[in-house]
Amino acid sequence: MLRKKKPLRKLPFIVLTFFLVLFLAGVISGEPSRVLEQSWQICLSCIGIG
Amino acid sequence: MELARKWVQLVIALLTNGYWGFPATRTIYQGPLKVVCSPGLNCYSCPAATTYCPLGALQQLMLSIRFNLENAQYYLGWYVLGCIGVVGAFLGRMVCGWACPFGFFQELLYKIPSRKFSVPRPLRFIKFGLLLFFIFLLPLFVVNDFGMGNPWFCKYVCPAGTLEAGLPLLWLQPELRNTVGLLFYNKVAILVFFVGWSVVASRPFCRVACPLGAFYALFSRARLVKLQLDREKCTKCEACHHVCPMGVKFNESPDDFECITCLACMDRACKFDAISLTVGGIPLRSGEVRKPVVSKPQ
Repeated sequence: MLRKKKPLRKLPFIVLTFFLVLFLAGVISGEPSRVLEQSWQICLSCIGIG
Repeated sequence: MELARKWVQLVIALLTNGYWGFPATRTIYQGPLKVVCSPGLNCYSCPAATTYCPLGALQQLMLSIRFNLENAQYYLGWYVLGCIGVVGAFLGRMVCGWACPFGFFQELLYKIPSRKFSVPRPLRFIKFGLLLFFIFLLPLFVVNDFGMGNPWFCKYVCPAGTLEAGLPLLWLQPELRNTVGLLFYNKVAILVFFVGWSVVASRPFCRVACPLGAFYALFSRARLVKLQLDREKCTKCEACHHVCPMGVKFNESPDDFECITCLACMDRACKFDAISLTVGGIPLRSGEVRKPVVSKPQ
């Protein structure tokens, strides 16, 4: 008996593409440098000190 | 497979916390890798952290949106959302099972011999409320006169931040100890609560209070890599119920948002190859029923 071929699910690729576009939009708007700035600083109030 | 998973968890925990110069510098890592997103919950104020925490970065962007827009800076959190969205679309909560240092920490705590309890299932919806309010709405709308909000989850809840950043920084920078107040004691109490709970229950923080887990849970049906149930092969023996660290009844809800794809059900429980790991719907392993070997009569 022939094994039935499993169909490729499309939804994950659509979702993946959406977030890739979002990611690229963030890169274009210069957000990585802002994230870098934030992550280089110790935010004391963020960790409950001060 | 379980051993392989433990190794992956350890390697990722070491990679995302790979800055071991902090005892000498007495501060956090400030190199270019901090632009890379940590897939799991890992505080970026941790002295050893080499990557940024998506939840921390997202809150920081949310709380300063008004201020940034007034200064013509269009930082809307797309980069961070895009990063964790791509990870989520690929792996969903598999990240929790394989790449989260705080999840790994809870698994180690659960190995401490003690009486074990289950986590009441209705509590698992709390994390979606924390994601919506503490990560997005409160930082966005509760603002001061300058239009700046607070990182509500980091500031008032996150036990990973207390463990990885708060306590080590107090040790590294003694002058900070004078500034410790009620806020910090509250966070230490939350950490102690979840540490204690993790000894007697499997991954309670992941199941009840992790907003990052809640975000990845939104991809439970749409993620690329996931476990799939073959209903024709399933005998409903319920063996998968007993091995799941997240309390998922896999044969009843194969798309359960709590599934962290640790593969325990596929590897350790199912004897009928009814569970397979799939990528985009294509099984990675073609399962054949393991029938008992019967020798043919001569």
